[in-house]
Amino acid sequence: MSEFFAMGGYGLYVWGSYGVTALVIVAEIVWVVQRRKVLLKRLARMSRLTKG
Amino acid sequence: MAFAGINWFKYSSPATFYPLAGKMMPWFAGLAAVLTVIGLYMSFFVAPTDYKQGEAYRIMFIHVPAAWMSMFIYVVMAVYAAMGLIFNTRLSAMMASSLAPTGALFTFLALWTGALWGKPMWGTWWVWDARLTTELILLFLYIGFMSLEAAIDDPRRATRASGLLAIVGVVNVPIIYFSVEWWNTLHQGASISLDKAPSMATIMLASMLVMTLAFWMYTIAMVLYRVRCEILERERHSEWVVALMEERK
Repeated sequence: MSEFFAMGGYGLYVWGSYGVTALVIVAEIVWVVQRRKVLLKRLARMSRLTKG
Repeated sequence: MAFAGINWFKYSSPATFYPLAGKMMPWFAGLAAVLTVIGLYMSFFVAPTDYKQGEAYRIMFIHVPAAWMSMFIYVVMAVYAAMGLIFNTRLSAMMASSLAPTGALFTFLALWTGALWGKPMWGTWWVWDARLTTELILLFLYIGFMSLEAAIDDPRRATRASGLLAIVGVVNVPIIYFSVEWWNTLHQGASISLDKAPSMATIMLASMLVMTLAFWMYTIAMVLYRVRCEILERERHSEWVVALMEERK
């Protein structure tokens, strides 16, 4: 198991690559979901204001 | 061609595309997840250790797909931008805007993983050679596209200016692609011939293609999700969006 994580001495480079890839992908997903939430809230408020 | 039979202009209406994108998105997201699991399994457990680079070459399975995506997405983005300028279709511009952040993300990843691969193999994180420099320019083009669009208040002018930038910037893509042939560079040419033994090359190529497909599916899902936000935002005063918001109450 620890041999797997060591990646033949290249662990830092290999996991640094895969780790950051995973991180930015998760960040992008969180970002767009958040964007939609905020947007829908704003539109709902707009719709309440116009229709009373 | 098969898609000639479909009336694409029908789907270029944001009101028609909004629900369609919503229905398609989960399928692409699901495919992306499944392909990622298969791709990662192949990359770490099926593909053998490289005889020259040891385990470090496994960075290739995300580096090459990310670099491919960074270029593909740019071309697709420029095509949408051009269609938006020529046919004046609103949806095309929204698609271009939705592609940019994911394109920038893959460009960053290509550079990042390249640096982490370059350090143990070339002994340096970065060199100012043709391949790396043009890929960095690609990142700046994406950032420029997004900043330009955000900086101009009038949406129509913002779309036109950023669209023009996207189209002009597309000349950079073939330069990136052929840079390893045109100039002397540290960067290797064909990545799939890393290992000369054909059986190994096949499994390595397969892993890389699965990861590429996973990234494609992820990109499509992400763009569909983002374009729905884009549509709601830009069409918020139109009747159908107002009606949709009424329904949601």
